[in-house]
Amino acid sequence: MSSALVIIAAVTVFALYLGLCAKRGHDMSLEQWTVGGRSFGTAFVFLLMAGEIYTTFTFLGGSGFAYGKGAPVYYILAYGSLAYILSYWMLPPIWRFAKAQRLVSQPHFFARKYDSPALGVLVALVGVAALIPYLVLQLKGLGIIVATTSYGAISSTSAVWIGAAVVTCYVIVSGVRGSAWNSVVKDTLILAVVLFLGIYLPIHYYGGFSDMFHAIDAAKPGFLTFPAKGSSVAWFQSTVLLTALGFFMWPHTFGSIFTAKDERIFRRNAMVLPLYQLILLFVFFVGFAAVLKVPGLKGGDIDLSLFRLSLQTFDPWFVGVIGGAGVLTALVPGSMILNSASTLLANDVYRGMLKRDATDAAVTKLARMLVPVVALVAVAFTLHGGETIVALLLMGYSFVTQLFPAMVCSLAPRNRATKQGAFCGILAGAAVVAVTTLMHLSMGQLFPFLPDAAKDVNIGFIALALNIIVFVVVSAVTQPRTSGQPQAHTHVH
Amino acid sequence: MFLRFLAVLPFIGILLGIPFVNRVEPLVLGMPFVLAWIVLWVILISVIMGVIYRLDPTNRQTAVDTEETRS
Repeated sequence: MSSALVIIAAVTVFALYLGLCAKRGHDMSLEQWTVGGRSFGTAFVFLLMAGEIYTTFTFLGGSGFAYGKGAPVYYILAYGSLAYILSYWMLPPIWRFAKAQRLVSQPHFFARKYDSPALGVLVALVGVAALIPYLVLQLKGLGIIVATTSYGAISSTSAVWIGAAVVTCYVIVSGVRGSAWNSVVKDTLILAVVLFLGIYLPIHYYGGFSDMFHAIDAAKPGFLTFPAKGSSVAWFQSTVLLTALGFFMWPHTFGSIFTAKDERIFRRNAMVLPLYQLILLFVFFVGFAAVLKVPGLKGGDIDLSLFRLSLQTFDPWFVGVIGGAGVLTALVPGSMILNSASTLLANDVYRGMLKRDATDAAVTKLARMLVPVVALVAVAFTLHGGETIVALLLMGYSFVTQLFPAMVCSLAPRNRATKQGAFCGILAGAAVVAVTTLMHLSMGQLFPFLPDAAKDVNIGFIALALNIIVFVVVSAVTQPRTSGQPQAHTHVH
Repeated sequence: MFLRFLAVLPFIGILLGIPFVNRVEPLVLGMPFVLAWIVLWVILISVIMGVIYRLDPTNRQTAVDTEETRS
């Protein structure tokens, strides 16, 4: 048994132990299990929200993107920071409404705001459709990380099963508290590892950052700036704007808003979280360092650049530490997604559609029973999904962004939008996303007469634009006739 | 209103500014110019949000409670 394997195993066992311990002293009512009894302070809320950024996608994908594509990777740094500006004004009213109505999930929020369980069901289905591929991505990443850093001692398939079992156990027992406790360990470890790698590798291989970027620029001219076509400046602008709007629309991120114990936490976090984003910069540096040192990775293999470079640089025990950090980047977001998807199915699909009078206790019980079911579906997709899952994943972000217009309107003091408008808008937007993604359409193909810059605009804008048009038109047509009719928002107080 | 104006600046800087800074040289702190520009704005966002937090009357009213929860 290599030293790397020992360290990875120790980190995994510790994560399980901590996840189970997190329950201590709390009876798992629905509010406890889903939103930690709305008792989390600044640090936990901070880590849960930051946890969304530091997933396997950033760890493997961020470095891989820098390695394979170059400059376009910069967009990851930009969109989160802009989303945090919005969060200062957007999250406090969401939190206040959730607290007053004792909400436990994102579809719950929509259902109450628009006084429509059907809308809740639609939002839940859109959410689950986006979450499952996201969970699959975490498990796939986990498999790659463990197989690579254990030097092949543990196959990717066994790693996926073990990882899924660990998160299933602690999510059933502790709910969101397990994720919160583990996020403390995860962020500490990842912070240390990424800062070290991002500083050490460029200096070790190139003598410094300037030397590294000069070398890359000389070897691959144009790699470090946005190209004139494809992932161009127009692509950057449109993608950053779209993803910034969608940032808080992920069901598990939205749910983590509810865990806060007061609303000032969000305003305070809005100034610290952007700085925390800068850690991503060091992930990029690792990917850039790999460009000239482990050349030749193609296709999906670009995601391995961080580990390939680490394997040829460090002793096995340190590879184990990197692997351990990588395992946590999969387990923590994975557990939040699992928790969220089960809550959506139990609270919003089951109670919203099938059995309106189900008690909180019954919903909690069902949600906990659904955890292993969702996990198994994700494992099946991970091991046998093939390429379809990639298409689903591309849709995920665009799917959740469709919830933005209806959410923002619902925060207005007097919401003129109707439930029919919200329902049709989201449905239209999601349909456009599905069609354009599955058919691999781009703006250039749809509108060949446009100037080049406009052809690179993210196709997601079409979906969002249609969503907003349908939302406004249907809302206008379905305005309540009698002005005295109570609106959903009057329930708040 | 002034606060909202401050908050719009980063959107202008990052989204509209990018076509004008899309080049490698000069390197800033070892980073390509366009990357350094984005990093600069991320830091400025933090500063701007700090200023907004200070100036926003919503947070001043409840400053006393903050001290209590911290201790």
